[in-house]
Amino acid sequence: MVKESLRAAYGKTLLQLGQADKRIVVLDADLAKSTQTIIFAKEISDRFIDMGLAEQDMVSTAAGIALTGKIVFASSFCVFLAGRVFDQVRQSICYNNANVKLVGTHSGLGVGEDGATHQSLEDIALMRTLPNMRIIVPADAVETAQAVQCAAAMEGPFFIRLTRGNLATVYDGGYRFALGRASVLKDGDAITIVAIGAMVEKALQAAEALAASGITAAVLNLSTIKPLDGETLLRFARKTRGFVSIEDHSTRGGLGGALAEFLGQNCPRPLRIIGVEDQFGRSGTPEDLYRHFGLTADRVAAAARAILQQ
Amino acid sequence: MKQRELERLAEIARKARVAIVRMTAAAGSGHPGGSLSAVEILTYLYFKELRLDPADPQKAGRDRFVLSKGHGAPALYAILALRGFFPEEILTRLRKIDSPLQGHPHRLDIPGVEASTGSLGQGLSIANGMAMGYRMSGATGRVYALIGDGESQEGQIWEAAMTAGFHKLSNLCVFLDYNNLQIDGRVSDIKDIAPIRAKWEAFNWNVEEIDGHDFRAIERAVRRARRQTQMPTMIVARTVKGKGISFMENRVEFHGLAPTQEELVTALRDLSDG
Repeated sequence: MVKESLRAAYGKTLLQLGQADKRIVVLDADLAKSTQTIIFAKEISDRFIDMGLAEQDMVSTAAGIALTGKIVFASSFCVFLAGRVFDQVRQSICYNNANVKLVGTHSGLGVGEDGATHQSLEDIALMRTLPNMRIIVPADAVETAQAVQCAAAMEGPFFIRLTRGNLATVYDGGYRFALGRASVLKDGDAITIVAIGAMVEKALQAAEALAASGITAAVLNLSTIKPLDGETLLRFARKTRGFVSIEDHSTRGGLGGALAEFLGQNCPRPLRIIGVEDQFGRSGTPEDLYRHFGLTADRVAAAARAILQQ
Repeated sequence: MKQRELERLAEIARKARVAIVRMTAAAGSGHPGGSLSAVEILTYLYFKELRLDPADPQKAGRDRFVLSKGHGAPALYAILALRGFFPEEILTRLRKIDSPLQGHPHRLDIPGVEASTGSLGQGLSIANGMAMGYRMSGATGRVYALIGDGESQEGQIWEAAMTAGFHKLSNLCVFLDYNNLQIDGRVSDIKDIAPIRAKWEAFNWNVEEIDGHDFRAIERAVRRARRQTQMPTMIVARTVKGKGISFMENRVEFHGLAPTQEELVTALRDLSDG
């Protein structure tokens, strides 16, 4: 299976955008090589600013630059960009409705060996509470490129959550990302599996395992967490007997939280949320960590069967 | 500065102070002390220095002012109204449910407000960003900001100080409203920010120290700031919290306490507006 880097897709797309539009400005906080904003920095140095290790200052500065008419991308690891600087994101960016696109990399357990301090398991929950903020969690490099283009083209704040590791290619060149629209990767009428980011691959594996025992599971990539695609969720709520969600994030307030809020109030259905349950991560390879914390295709399939046996 | 010009600015400052005490008294809450200490600075900027057009508040390339100490909102509102950005009548609707004038300024609600501020430490970074954005565009607009002395205890101020100094943002001029009072007491007792000149100089800023209520001193400092080509300027303005109102001057209680109706009468008498 072909695996591609989401970060590289981000850097390359930034460069294309920057070459076409002089309003594009990119900021980083001493992680340009990791976030891959370096691809932009090397070619368009006069519109790249390395803010050094000062994430608070970077986020508010990004807002100030944007208020002069620029389209500003600011990057760091998710744990810093959403957690460490939450108040700056809230006040400087969202409350001002500044045209800033926060692109966080190294999300969740997928960070791997760096361990708990660098594994953001709360960033979606935090960003989801902010008015004006839109949140995209791309599932592969193709979707990353289109999400970044979408964010640049639309006025206002965005948070795009990328992984450190390369992800299996889900989409071909014919894919068209649309903000606020879930992508139906596989139709089915027994159960609905909803996934984001690196977990989309596991959702597809779970659906295959279920198909082997005659259970047709639908698989949705809910890459836009905010605004939520209520229409598609309602369609699958009526069509299938329940939902299993999987995310490399806390089980509280992320993808599962968004589903629980929406379904609970609009079309209650059984829901099993798979993610990291109220604990910090630890060091290990991403796959070892996913097994350790139960973020596996087997667990998704088991949760689906449990709902169907109810 | 000629005597007649001095008198013109002094009269605007007096009117601004009248508006500040009237609006905070009407609101029954707000921050009069740190608004009154900044009146001459704002008066000078909006009536003598900033190139802007109240009829076209979003005009491209305009000079900009960011009130980093957002709780000084009553002073900014008074000055913006006097300058013609919105009608003076709405000033007495400060902090009311149906008013655009929130306790801290929101740029999307009020013409002339360049940035929503209130969570301290962020406005200076925003001003830096504006100065950088202008420089990238080749715009000649200058960026001004006002920070507080208590606010100078925020770590982000020093991140921003390093950024502006390193990037030689000579199109940036910042005032420090140094009244030496914060909510819990004297700045010098809580967590002293002295020596302040040495700090800003160490971050590669041009530093001016002035009496923040002296229009001629403000003018000289702003002119020196405009002549800089390699450094941003910090104007350390020694001010009096509650300036102009007998019972408020240097009284820490009036950081976040509005005058009562009785006190308003005294305040207006102090301002020869009774």
